[in-house]
Amino acid sequence: MDNQMINKSLAELSVGLQSGKFSSVELTQFYLDRIASHDSELNAFITVTAEQALATAKTADEKIASGSASGLTGIPLAHKDIFCTDGVKTSAGSKMLDNFIAPYNATVVEKLKSISMPMLGKTNMDEFAMGSSNENSYYGAVKNPWDLDRVPGGSSGGSAAAVAAKLAPIATGTDTGGSIRQPASLTGITGIKPTYGRVSRFGMIAYASSLDQGGVFASSAADSALLLEAMSGFDAKDSTSVDIPVPDFSTTLNDSLKGLKIGLPKEYFEEGLNSEVAKVIEAAIEEYKKLGAEIVEVSLPNTHLAIPAYYVIAPAEASSNLSRFDGVRYGYRCEDPVDLTDMYMRSRGDAFGREVKRRIMTGTYALSAGYYDAYYLKAQKIRRLISEDFQKVFEKVDVIMGPVAPETAFKIGEKSDDPISMYLSDIYTIALNLAGLPGMSVPAGFANNMPVGLQIIGNAFTEGKMLNVAHQYQQATDWHKQTPSKYAVSEGEK
Amino acid sequence: MSLTPEEVKKIAFLARLAIKEESIEQYSEDLSGILHLVDQMDAANVEDIEPMAHPQDAMQRLRKDEVTEINQREKLMENAPATENGLFLVPKVLD
Amino acid sequence: MEWETVIGLEIHAQLSTKSKLFSGSSIEYGQEPNTQANVVDLAMPGVLPVLNAEAVRMAAMFGLAIGAPIGRGNVFARKNYFYPDLPQGYQISQFDKPIVELGHIDITLEDGETKRVGVTRAHLEQDAGKSLHEDFAGMTGIDLNRSGTPLLEIVSEPDMRSAKEAVAYMKKIHELVQYLGINDGNLQEGSFRCDANVSVRPKGQEEFGTRAELKNINSFKFVERAINIEVERQIDLIEEGGEVVQETRLYDPDKNETRSMRSKEEANDYRYFPDPDLLPIEITDEFLEEVRKTLPELPDVKFKRFVEEYDLSEYDAGVLTANIATADYFESVAKSADAKLAANWITGELSSHLNKEDLSINDSPVNAAMLTGLIKRIEDKTISGKIAKQVFEAMWNDEGGKDESTADKVIDAKGLKQITDSGAIESIIDEIIANNPAQVEQFQSGKDKVFGFFVGQVMKASQGKANPAQVNQMLKDKLSA
Ligand SMILES: [Mg+2]
Ligand SMILES: [Zn+2]
Repeated sequence: MDNQMINKSLAELSVGLQSGKFSSVELTQFYLDRIASHDSELNAFITVTAEQALATAKTADEKIASGSASGLTGIPLAHKDIFCTDGVKTSAGSKMLDNFIAPYNATVVEKLKSISMPMLGKTNMDEFAMGSSNENSYYGAVKNPWDLDRVPGGSSGGSAAAVAAKLAPIATGTDTGGSIRQPASLTGITGIKPTYGRVSRFGMIAYASSLDQGGVFASSAADSALLLEAMSGFDAKDSTSVDIPVPDFSTTLNDSLKGLKIGLPKEYFEEGLNSEVAKVIEAAIEEYKKLGAEIVEVSLPNTHLAIPAYYVIAPAEASSNLSRFDGVRYGYRCEDPVDLTDMYMRSRGDAFGREVKRRIMTGTYALSAGYYDAYYLKAQKIRRLISEDFQKVFEKVDVIMGPVAPETAFKIGEKSDDPISMYLSDIYTIALNLAGLPGMSVPAGFANNMPVGLQIIGNAFTEGKMLNVAHQYQQATDWHKQTPSKYAVSEGEK
Repeated sequence: MSLTPEEVKKIAFLARLAIKEESIEQYSEDLSGILHLVDQMDAANVEDIEPMAHPQDAMQRLRKDEVTEINQREKLMENAPATENGLFLVPKVLD
Repeated sequence: MEWETVIGLEIHAQLSTKSKLFSGSSIEYGQEPNTQANVVDLAMPGVLPVLNAEAVRMAAMFGLAIGAPIGRGNVFARKNYFYPDLPQGYQISQFDKPIVELGHIDITLEDGETKRVGVTRAHLEQDAGKSLHEDFAGMTGIDLNRSGTPLLEIVSEPDMRSAKEAVAYMKKIHELVQYLGINDGNLQEGSFRCDANVSVRPKGQEEFGTRAELKNINSFKFVERAINIEVERQIDLIEEGGEVVQETRLYDPDKNETRSMRSKEEANDYRYFPDPDLLPIEITDEFLEEVRKTLPELPDVKFKRFVEEYDLSEYDAGVLTANIATADYFESVAKSADAKLAANWITGELSSHLNKEDLSINDSPVNAAMLTGLIKRIEDKTISGKIAKQVFEAMWNDEGGKDESTADKVIDAKGLKQITDSGAIESIIDEIIANNPAQVEQFQSGKDKVFGFFVGQVMKASQGKANPAQVNQMLKDKLSA
């Protein structure tokens, strides 16, 4: 199989499959081989499902041969280990679920399985999606393919690293406070977190239900458009899934950006933003000007309240969502519990990691008698302020842009003992989860030799516009085509 | 707001989390730090602001009252730590 | 000191839907453990709830029936606590925005007075599973078939002042939910159960005393006993200088005592918050209009109508409207047979048979059609009331079929047809008169009482089949001749 495979877009892979240039079994085996030779150093996968992947690939080849395939049929992908996969271990990065074989498929998994996209495996993640570095995984830290001493970001760090190192052409992730955009930014790939309600949450292990949303990691906006379209849509099993048609995102990718109004929130460029990162973002904005966009300075005055409000709402919901992990029906149970309380206490105490325990306790406290109004209710009021800030800005602009993260990937271990400084790294991503809005990270250059992502924020259900905006930039630049040299295959190489 | 080790123990019990005695101090410090961060909310004037529980300004969709499920007990109990006669087993519940 | 009892009830009525509140699993009772618990009911990681429309409709029906406003944007909240029969680690319930707001219901007290009891609220929530305590090597077994079954929790104001009032209220709600067809009324199976909040205070004092909550009582008899014994306990405690503590207590019917349930007490901080997996429930005017149209005639209205339309006594009307099954049974008979006879038979013979065998009227071996057939034969004098009891007995014991013709078949088969042929009656009378000259003499010398003897003899000789009115008339004529 041609090593050039890793530089192909999904559309090109699709053409290759449909025209019989290569089979899905070959393509899938190619990626399984890459995982086998590179993942021991990256630790991007918790589980590799080679047998299953090849079986699906075989089905895909049959579908292609019989003409009943769709565009993505036969293209392998990786799922974040937060999506339940029938008959396959689904751990959410936790010791709690180390022995858990999901008995059903998440809707997202089912949808992509139904069009025979082989699942290469389940990717590593911060435990229960709580983290911004992937260091909070029971299965160990994931390494950033650009520098193995650095974090890939989190919580979907495994999916990001897998796509960045070309161990998978595409992968799913989830984003509760930045968990797709921040790792995409830190690993130099494209990531999109759609509007809350666009992608079904059924079967996606809940961290904070009113914030969680599934999305995509890809090498480009065009690739993202294809997978996002395939995994989006109404799901009767999710009460918060929105019943509106999913547009064909690919058809609007080439729309002109002339007259596009881009809002730059001044709060996203204030102190705290690394100056090298700022330069990359400013250069990207210049590129957009060249593409015909108009820049409008805007304000999101409550930005500084987003992190405090998030660290009440998300832990509050998490404290309740994670109560089901009690050692009764599945998951870890401590040895020889002396009584019921001992079983609860030790099972949960032993199997949850430190960050998870911190957040459960924070949320428990915020909801407890006497503190509800001061914490939970207040955070919800701030949530409205933040949401209204965005709506005011979207009266004037089409998209908002800024950095994804205040700095590039930090060293493994650098912040792991300091939860607060870790929390602060989500300053630019968290607010839009509170508002339920879609956001993207698009590779825009390098600072200190590490990738920097440009964030594109859209109004609700404007993913098509955002992907168009990202795609046009990627037509004009080739930051998204950069691959860490160790995992790259240069043109011409076989 | 900061949390004393005593309060940490209380919350840990409410959340059913066994915390090792020697870690209590660390949790007390960490949680106090988080609460300190959260206390920045105090700067906001939220009088007359309606709380926003959910990003969707929508109403609950209803499901038709139909039985759509079949018995899958064998499969669904495969992950259980202890079972007998189709029941999940737990340490004795005392009422 | 004179004490006053203050009681409020929380009733959990299981809604008669087909499927669970948030999943498509069946709620059928009595199935093999954990065969009706799907991924949602087991709270598998990643699952989500989707609300059953029928449960919402039923709750709204109840609200309309008690004159309560229906919460326009009522909200589900999570009540967080750990218990092995609660798989999510929280119960999806309603907290500050319930579906049914303040309403009321009128109860009739023993002295015939009517008392209005406030219904603070009623809210939708999920039921928990069941813990089975028989020994599994020192462990408890958990069956989650019931987990997620829709409940309507009906919370009263603390308006009741005696155990009897509490029972009257509980019965009234029990009657109402069955009228509405939203609950099967089955107390044994736990479809209708009750928690009682009980406190005492010195008579005249306005402030409430500290209350104890008596959990999960599932019979009217036990509610009355549990409250009375708890009231006694509280008064004794206070009079001995002690203090009532706010706690949950369990009633033990075997020992007739209540005892503290500390195990349920330890985590009383439920940390309610709006369930982020669910959105507010929309209640529109159109929806309420639709529901209103489906409301059946309510018990109080039916009672008045029975008195007027069928000319029944208030007592009979009360008994017949005490539950909808009895009322329906009655109306089914009364539409083609004499209403007063129907009322008498239902409150008399039928009730006593049902009571004796502890059957509900729905399970009565004599159905409404059969009783109709029987009453028609009394009306047209085919049989006497006395013979009718024999026919009823035979029908009860399953002789002759299950429809309106059953009574006729029994009458034929047993030859119970009333003798109205005056020639036949006359020959029996003649024979009796001839065989009892002494009694004839007594009668003729003015001892009227002996007339009963002749009637008895004639009826006996005719095996009860002679028409009593005819016998009376003809005997009088013959003896006075
Ligand atoms: Mg209650
Ligand atoms: Zn309840």
